[in-house]
Amino acid sequence: MIRKLEADVVVLGAGPAGLAAACASIESGARTILVEREDRGGGILKQCVHDGFGLFRYREKLTGPEYAIRDQRRYGGLGGEILLETFVSKAARADAGFSLECVDRGGVSRLEAKAIVLATGCRERTDRQVFVHGDRPAGIYTAGLAQYMINVQGLLPGRTALILGSGDIGLIMARRMTLEGVEVIGAHEIKAEPSGLSRNVRQCLVDWGIPLELSSTALAVHGRKRVEAVTVAKVGPDLAPIAGTERDIACDTLILSVGLIPENEQARALGVPLDPATKGPFVDQRMRTLVDGVFACGNAVHVNDLADYVSESGETAGKAAAEYALSERGRGPGQRPERRLARVQAGPGLGYVVPQYLDLDAGAGADGAAGSAGAAGAAGAAFYFRSKRSMLDGARLRIGAAGPGEPAAEPVFKRSYLAVRPPEMERVSVPWDALAAAAAGGREIRVDLESAGRP
Amino acid sequence: METKEFPCIECPKGCRLSVTIDGGSVSVSGNSCPKGAEWGAKEAVLPMRTLTSTVAVQGSARRRLPVRSSGEIPLARIKDAMAALDTIVVRPPIACGDAILRDALGLGVDIVATDDLPLDPRSPPRGGRSAR
Repeated sequence: MIRKLEADVVVLGAGPAGLAAACASIESGARTILVEREDRGGGILKQCVHDGFGLFRYREKLTGPEYAIRDQRRYGGLGGEILLETFVSKAARADAGFSLECVDRGGVSRLEAKAIVLATGCRERTDRQVFVHGDRPAGIYTAGLAQYMINVQGLLPGRTALILGSGDIGLIMARRMTLEGVEVIGAHEIKAEPSGLSRNVRQCLVDWGIPLELSSTALAVHGRKRVEAVTVAKVGPDLAPIAGTERDIACDTLILSVGLIPENEQARALGVPLDPATKGPFVDQRMRTLVDGVFACGNAVHVNDLADYVSESGETAGKAAAEYALSERGRGPGQRPERRLARVQAGPGLGYVVPQYLDLDAGAGADGAAGSAGAAGAAGAAFYFRSKRSMLDGARLRIGAAGPGEPAAEPVFKRSYLAVRPPEMERVSVPWDALAAAAAGGREIRVDLESAGRP
Repeated sequence: METKEFPCIECPKGCRLSVTIDGGSVSVSGNSCPKGAEWGAKEAVLPMRTLTSTVAVQGSARRRLPVRSSGEIPLARIKDAMAALDTIVVRPPIACGDAILRDALGLGVDIVATDDLPLDPRSPPRGGRSAR
């Protein structure tokens, strides 16, 4: 017989987003079950032994495991239930909400819930996704895999390593490998500026004399059984390799730090529409997707730089999911109120903005729940965005409303920045009442950033 | 007179600092908070870092325990501290925050655990089950 479990809210993934969501859901009075495929919670933070986590949320500089322990203890203290070593093999709509087929050591079980929170994190891009030519010998690893080998398994990935890309995990691993005795020859970034945070460039490369070559990329890998060399070349402004600049670098390991993509297998299975700009679900200010009863948070929605913001979105999603599930109790089919949604449009200065919709009847969302960097007291909706390009001479953010096709009216929110860079995600808290009033009547919200440097 | 320029790493904001050392006096500009000024002056003269790493584990399915220095140590001593960590093997149970090595290298900081290492019901490990 198939085991059956029931809950108001099921949270998929016990990383920082899922832990925060599950805690917030219980605190909001919902019966909550957290599902995790690994043998303990914490997600990727377990292997992030470096520090720098929690500066906004706890006003402390914590390591990854220390950060993860706090919400695990909080969840334990709330009597929260977690299913470990459990994999969701199928997610589908059911009469009363959702039915999830789970597989664990005991076999198959069925989990029924009124609401689902997707906290499935993100995955690394691999060599198959960045078109490096040549051989496919042993010795090619993503930065996260190298991190897992060193910090969890206690294995060295190689002796002489070249890093492709300059994402934060790649920079962190350049230092980590150096400290463990690996010779790190350099990091090659195809773009003209580093992808990682400037503090990581400083602490991880400059501290250890590791060169960062910008506008440079790997063209091909050579080696029969093991990596023997990598061909690198300079690239032009169009990112195409410049003929004549190729050179071979001898190494036995190639580490890839070439970006992260939200993991949304279950979102797709549930028919949740995804934003091509973030590659995660479209969400409203309370992290509710466009499918009723499905919420999403953390890196499954968009790739964050800081765990603090991941947790914040988890708190928001968990609370909203609990409220939704409790309102569903005893509600018959067809009795669910229609949502009044206003579209949030990212202007040409932005890479993306989250949320992509406002639910005009759902309230502000983030502030107060997360205790993070937001205006205390007044209800504000959190907006997360990245600039499309670097604006190093200053930038102005404007958030305003307009009818479709009309120019934006006077903004309801403005902020100036000394500098913005695509690798550094920004967050603002926008007063909810003004925002909701501006968006009413079928208007859309426009968010844009313009350079303050040149008129 | 010497001027050093580098980004502040006290918080993720990453202000561009410019530090001028003129004899005994150090002046910082480009910072947007007092923490940045203090850090910038120190960074230009004697850079300090927190060491984070792992130590070997016995008697558990887990193979490594993450650790950190309880305070900052000179950047120039980080490699020596790594060598000291190589000699350490710990056994469960250990709680996050427990000191693993007191007064490392005589620098006045402890090496502390940054994760719990509970007694493992599955130990002794056979072939070291991975956590993934």
